[in-house]
Amino acid sequence: MHPVLATVLQRLALGVATLIMVSIIIFSSISLLPGDFGQAVLGQAATEDTVAAFRRELGLDKPAPVRYVEWFTSALQGDFGTSFSGRAASGVDRSRPVVDLIGPRLKNTLFLAVYAALISVPLALFLGITAALYRNSIYDRMVNAATLTTISTPEFFVAYILILLLASLNPIFPSLANVTIDTPFLERVYRTSLPALTLTLVIVAHMMRMTRAAIINLLASPYIEMARLKGASPREVIIKHALPNAWAPIATVIAFNLAYLVVGVVVVEAVFVYPGVGQLMVDAVTTRDIPVVQACALIFAATYIILNLIADIVGIVTNPRLLHPR
Amino acid sequence: MSTDNGTKKGDILVEMKDIRINGFSDERWHEIIKGVDLTLRRGEVMGLIGESGAGKSTLGKAAMGYTQPGCKLVGGTILFDGIDLAHASDGQKRELWGSRIAYVAQSAAASFNPAHRLIDQTVEATVSHHVRPAREARADAVELFRSLQLPMPDTIGSRYPHQVSGGQLQRIMTAMAMSPRPDLIIFDEPTTALDVTTQVEVLAAMRSIVEEFNTAAIYITHDLAVVAQMADFIKVLRYGEEVEEAETRKMLSKPEQAYTRSLWAVRSIEKPEQPSDDIALEIADVDAAYGGRVKVLHDVSIRLPRGRTVAVVGESGSGKSTTARVITGLLPPIKGEVRFNGQPLPRALKDRNRDQLRRIQMIYQMADTAMNPRQTVGDIIGRPVQFYLGKRGREVEKRVIELLQLIELDESFIDRLPGELSGGQKQRICIARALAAEPEIIICDEVTSALDQIVQEGILKLLLRLQKELGLTYLFITHDIATVRAISDEIVVMFQGKVVEQGPKSEILAPPHPDYTELLLSSVPEMDPDWLTQLLKSRRAEQAAG
Amino acid sequence: MSSDKTQAAQSAGAAAEETYSAAAEVGAVRKRRTRLERIWIGLKKAPLSAWFGMTVILIYCLVALFAPLLAPYGEAQVFPVPYGPWDAEHIFGTDQIGRDVLSRLIYGARNTMGIALVTTFLSFLIGGGLGLVAAINRSWIDQILSRFIDILMAIPSLIFALMLLSIFGSTVSSLIIIIAILDSTRVFRLTRAVAVSVAVMDYVEAARLRGEGLGWVMRREILPNIMPPLVAEFGLRFCFVFLTIAALSFLGVGIQPPTADWGSMVRDNASLIQFAQYDLKAGITPLLPAAAIALLTVAVNFVVDWFLHKTSGLRDEH
Repeated sequence: MHPVLATVLQRLALGVATLIMVSIIIFSSISLLPGDFGQAVLGQAATEDTVAAFRRELGLDKPAPVRYVEWFTSALQGDFGTSFSGRAASGVDRSRPVVDLIGPRLKNTLFLAVYAALISVPLALFLGITAALYRNSIYDRMVNAATLTTISTPEFFVAYILILLLASLNPIFPSLANVTIDTPFLERVYRTSLPALTLTLVIVAHMMRMTRAAIINLLASPYIEMARLKGASPREVIIKHALPNAWAPIATVIAFNLAYLVVGVVVVEAVFVYPGVGQLMVDAVTTRDIPVVQACALIFAATYIILNLIADIVGIVTNPRLLHPR
Repeated sequence: MSTDNGTKKGDILVEMKDIRINGFSDERWHEIIKGVDLTLRRGEVMGLIGESGAGKSTLGKAAMGYTQPGCKLVGGTILFDGIDLAHASDGQKRELWGSRIAYVAQSAAASFNPAHRLIDQTVEATVSHHVRPAREARADAVELFRSLQLPMPDTIGSRYPHQVSGGQLQRIMTAMAMSPRPDLIIFDEPTTALDVTTQVEVLAAMRSIVEEFNTAAIYITHDLAVVAQMADFIKVLRYGEEVEEAETRKMLSKPEQAYTRSLWAVRSIEKPEQPSDDIALEIADVDAAYGGRVKVLHDVSIRLPRGRTVAVVGESGSGKSTTARVITGLLPPIKGEVRFNGQPLPRALKDRNRDQLRRIQMIYQMADTAMNPRQTVGDIIGRPVQFYLGKRGREVEKRVIELLQLIELDESFIDRLPGELSGGQKQRICIARALAAEPEIIICDEVTSALDQIVQEGILKLLLRLQKELGLTYLFITHDIATVRAISDEIVVMFQGKVVEQGPKSEILAPPHPDYTELLLSSVPEMDPDWLTQLLKSRRAEQAAG
Repeated sequence: MSSDKTQAAQSAGAAAEETYSAAAEVGAVRKRRTRLERIWIGLKKAPLSAWFGMTVILIYCLVALFAPLLAPYGEAQVFPVPYGPWDAEHIFGTDQIGRDVLSRLIYGARNTMGIALVTTFLSFLIGGGLGLVAAINRSWIDQILSRFIDILMAIPSLIFALMLLSIFGSTVSSLIIIIAILDSTRVFRLTRAVAVSVAVMDYVEAARLRGEGLGWVMRREILPNIMPPLVAEFGLRFCFVFLTIAALSFLGVGIQPPTADWGSMVRDNASLIQFAQYDLKAGITPLLPAAAIALLTVAVNFVVDWFLHKTSGLRDEH
């Protein structure tokens, strides 16, 4: 087998194994629930029978491995069980399947993430590469100071400053990102401008700094000095000599920051009251709606793992040592 | 561009006057080059020699008008064929680099771009400077590969850098430099990273091609014997200043400065060989493997006579350092045993008792990394005194001072940190640490190869004196034949994890030799400008005969 | 290159020598100074940004220590007017249930910083200890720990923290333990990496060859040499933990009322921002605690930047 294929397959297998392990961790968290939890969810008025029925429904009477396999296989098919909320001691069950709660919100979150990524990735790469090229120039110092400050700042601070400037003092954008399924595309873009801008600012700062460091590291290689001593122009040095070796580090930087973006979404959604998965998860945590929390955690973790997997694979398939084995 | 190679040898090509270069470190600027002049004529090869920190590489690159990041040219003029490189724009310099001036770097493996094929990198500058069209340049590169004696010259260019060996890469880099037919090539320690047997081939290839095209060159190295083969004349640098400059033969036969003579100081040590049959340590039929899989030693047997020095020589990968790890117990052998004073030693380090550990000590190649940078000299030497001999407090300090005197340092060193010592002093402290255990055997792993010649001489003389006074037994691992001649009683030659031969120095160094020993010994450059020519002649004759 | 320069610096003395003497061989320029003197000399050379950072950190620490003396009112003292304007009595006004914003800011320094500091210490205790063990052991313990940590790190830590908080509830102690454990994965990675790079040094091998025990090798040979990167990491981890706790509190699942905390203060007063066009001061009120968080993390980052620059010996090219 070609070494590239072998390495990619190996990495994929590792990714799947990680995903399974992560799902086990997320699943077993439910067994850490305090014993009287059923009572807490159903309320003080619940009878012993309803509590026992509830525990049975959670499957707490079956052995853990069986429950895990059931949960994970149905999760793979998109069934995350039923939400805890809406249950009451009265016995009337108004709870909804977790999937119905997550589905539309996942679309919203993805929309916001893609929106922010489309702006931030090209911008960050551009800033990072130019800062590396003109390092120690005034431009580099300014970009550096600005990004160091942004990195040290909590997302919600950035968000509220934007609201203050662009929604409250100068009402250009709406301060709350109200969208529904029926919101038309352009309207949606307009309403989510501020959350997307917040995410962009935070991500660009991280990503630009990492890109700059990766490029400077690359430019310190002896083969880059050799290229200069062969009379290559700065442009040629970058495009012909640095870039072909830069894919792996750049892919890592992008994946890392997209993963970061997925997490940053949680806070930003809360600020702008945006109906996304992050907001849902925070609400579920407050109400201790475990099935929803588990489903959200699994979705976030899977996204994270897949992004890193993609970066690793880009690194593998652009590595000349693997592409052209001895 | 450089079709004017036909112009007579003797026109001035490079003229540098009063060059001053500063470098930035430790938060301030230091002078690296302090006013050096350099003149090179067409077709001439100049050797630029000096020890680490002499500024030879900085000066060599300055001849191209290049100062590396962190350095700046603060004074002097550089004229290349009448062009003022000190004040030329980047664009002007780029036009010269890769067409009329070429550079060959020390580490070929790191200096080739891993992402491109070798042939593309070889002709890149030639094509981009429009010296020759691509098709012609490629055909020419193949011819260069051929005259550099590369295997499969027609196809080797389609490989990637990691697919060929270090010696081959260095030759391809020479082809890359030669491709535009430059007026000047800067060779920056091109063979330093290579083993001696590979070095000979690369040197021969470089010399013949420079002669063939009558290219002027500056050859930078720390090895006088190497530069003697390459250069018409030699300039000696020290601490950024010129020591002397002379024609090669004159420099070797009667150097004017004492410093120049010290550059081959190690070769002046002579130790009469003393045979002995009293065996202190014996390695018998040892096989060893890393990770239980890759076998690196095959049936190695070595005997160390008491109070004598056994030198283990071999190139990288020959298994000489692994042998040391087997003796110390760091790598337990999978077969065979180590016998100490006739008794078998436990194989693994953790099974040996404190007394067994005390009797065998080790000194490392890099004194820098062999001492904890956060401990003072007193702590470093004092610890074995405490640990093995159970001394405490004042007694330890007294012993440390004695040991410092033994290695020719005084007690003022006791509270210094390793970072405050010079290279030679560090290695002396390491010797003192080994002596503190009052050992019988000391394993010296390339202990002098990271040091400058004059310091090497001092360390070797110290080791010899200590051996005489204390009756120590040395196992001396080295790749440097000059060192072996200087200090050994017996020699072990290793190759690919096997012992090729073991015997008294006089026997091993005198012919007839087994094939590998012959190749190894004959490949060591000698202080004779005709050595390479003679060697190639005799090897060719042998080939014709065989 | 650097060897070029240090050697050059030594030339003055060494060039003159003719006969060789080891003791006369000149080492690096050396002047014995006490530790305090050396620290002061280092400080004097610190750039403006580092001075700014250290000053800010010092002020924050003083405020945190002397909070009850500095605060005009009590932490949870309620006044009749909610969302009161900025005036002489309440410099930054009052919050949604009428508590003095300035007093809560001052107490918040103590609570938020204190919890973050304890968490960071705990995370270093766990991660640093395990990292050292793994680095020295390098066998099955290392394998198991490293794999396990890899898996834990595959879950984004904010998400993981949210999940665990939903199970254990948002008490201060569960907050500290959960975040310390999650954050210790990163400390583990760093400690292990730097310790491994030190553990392969010849001087560690020399100590093992001498027959030294594991404890000695760890304490005397490895630990002193990995301190600088760990100290820098402590600063960065503190910032990260501090921001994580602030974010959790902001989301309402971190530090719970009535404890004053900057993250939840932002959340509580957020609606005021809508009134910025009528009363700018009121609009800025929710930004004050957020700014307090940002200022501290910027300050710590500045100091860490300088410290790394100083200890790594890595310098930007000039």
